[in-house]
Amino acid sequence: MHYLIEPGFGSSGPVRVALLIGAVVAVTSGVIGVFTVIRGQSFAGHSLSDVATTGGAGAFLAGISQFWGFLVMGAVAALLMEGIGAQRRRGRDVATGVVLGGALGLAALFLYLGTLKTATSGASFTILFGSIFVVSPDTVPAVVAAGLIALAVTALLARPLLLTALSGDIARTRGVPVKAVGIAYLMALAVDVSLSAVAIGAVLSTALLIGPAATALRLVKTPVKAMVVAAATGLAATWIGVLLAYDSSYWPPRGHGWPVSFFVVTLVLAGYLATYARRPRRSARAFKSPHEEAAECSPA
Amino acid sequence: MFTGLMANTWIAASVVAVVAGMTGYFAVLRGQAFAAHAIPNGAFAGAAGASLLGVNVIAGLAVVAVASALGIGAMGSKARHDVATALTLVLMLGLGALFASLSAQYAQEAYSLLFGQVAGVSSGEVAPIAGLGLAAAVAIGVAFRPLMLTSALPEVAEARGVSTRRADLYFLLVMAVATSMTVPVVGALLMFSLMIGPAAAARCVTARPGFALALSVAIALAITWLSIALFYRTNWPLGFFVGTGAALFYLIGLGARRVGPGGVATIRSV
Repeated sequence: MHYLIEPGFGSSGPVRVALLIGAVVAVTSGVIGVFTVIRGQSFAGHSLSDVATTGGAGAFLAGISQFWGFLVMGAVAALLMEGIGAQRRRGRDVATGVVLGGALGLAALFLYLGTLKTATSGASFTILFGSIFVVSPDTVPAVVAAGLIALAVTALLARPLLLTALSGDIARTRGVPVKAVGIAYLMALAVDVSLSAVAIGAVLSTALLIGPAATALRLVKTPVKAMVVAAATGLAATWIGVLLAYDSSYWPPRGHGWPVSFFVVTLVLAGYLATYARRPRRSARAFKSPHEEAAECSPA
Repeated sequence: MFTGLMANTWIAASVVAVVAGMTGYFAVLRGQAFAAHAIPNGAFAGAAGASLLGVNVIAGLAVVAVASALGIGAMGSKARHDVATALTLVLMLGLGALFASLSAQYAQEAYSLLFGQVAGVSSGEVAPIAGLGLAAAVAIGVAFRPLMLTSALPEVAEARGVSTRRADLYFLLVMAVATSMTVPVVGALLMFSLMIGPAAAARCVTARPGFALALSVAIALAITWLSIALFYRTNWPLGFFVGTGAALFYLIGLGARRVGPGGVATIRSV
């Protein structure tokens, strides 16, 4: 046991906060990620966490709480992405890309203007890569609250979301407001992703959103089961990653821990690739919606 | 404004704009906007690794960009393209974080790789940029027809014996080459903005491939030149002008499609 877990793991304050916040993010991202993967919105999920950089830098410049900067910027970006994006996946990706490019341009300006006021050269680096070990305990309630809101919205929208993912036309004839549902979902995603990006970095945020969900969708048949498997996979990857990162400060070069994001990302990817070792089942294809196959084959 | 280091900036940025406009057109057409974001961003790991090992940065960038392209291609053939791209991207960024933490004192360089330091292009850097740019342009020109066919009519392409998967991989590798030359100069963000915005705007206005490609290059050049001029006047970051400029041109394109007749609608109805 001593060889697996270096001394002091259980009693360290930052480690406890890291385990707690990692668990919250892993579970919410696992559940929400299932919808993100089914709907083919990985790019939007990743972009929203990058957009958090802009919100953080803007809030810093305006002198307001970063929390509001993230929320407002995430919501605006989500609205724009879904607002100008066509229903087709390709059109949506382009809209996402343009919004992301514009937002990062703004981030460059805000960071530049920010450095005129004070020296914050490491700001972009911190938000991109974050560190789960330097989360201040104050942000824990905010992240938990954001996660709960995002989960609640997703739960409310679960049925129309799945229906629109499978066939937008059927959803429309049944009276589902496809565009409104898409915007509401993307906003919930923005709330969850931008706060988790702040807490644990954009890299981990994307990894935990997409990796466990994609793994789960290859293993089980129904969306509900997939959510459970995704949450469990994400949780396992995060906690083992935190443990390894803690241990790594005893590895060479000594006294300098390896980043958590590296371990978690590697574990998530290993889990995903391991699913290919299983015999392929038809179920994995069942999640590829006919709507999307049509979109992939048609001229853009 | 056009002398000394700034002259190098104009030349390097113009080459980058032309290459970005060309590759971006196909990236948009093939629905690979995410890959266009992931390859330049993931190449960050190459720069961090190169600085850790003490080797040439461009070599490190090239290795990682090509590895990313191969990773996206290999995983993408078995699973959803966006999932494969996202996982490749986070793997590269995770590796980058590891390399950066092992070599320490990297934050400042990370900023310049993301947002670019175009004002500091040295004379020695112009030649390799122009060379790699030419290579990327030739690679696209040579494969123009198969790329076009697999983008617009994948079934017809397959029937004619043109492999969509191989075309995908070929295009990803071209993007990797283009990226390894541009990221050290203009940054990952700028490259991405220049690839998506102009091409998307051009496709809003016209459905004819040749014209759209030329328009995409022209818009990318216009954005770049305007941005450098504004950058020179205000000293605000170049990435800001390019990023918002690309978004602005796309909005103008969307508006023009609403107003103008037909446009992309003609190719959509095929």
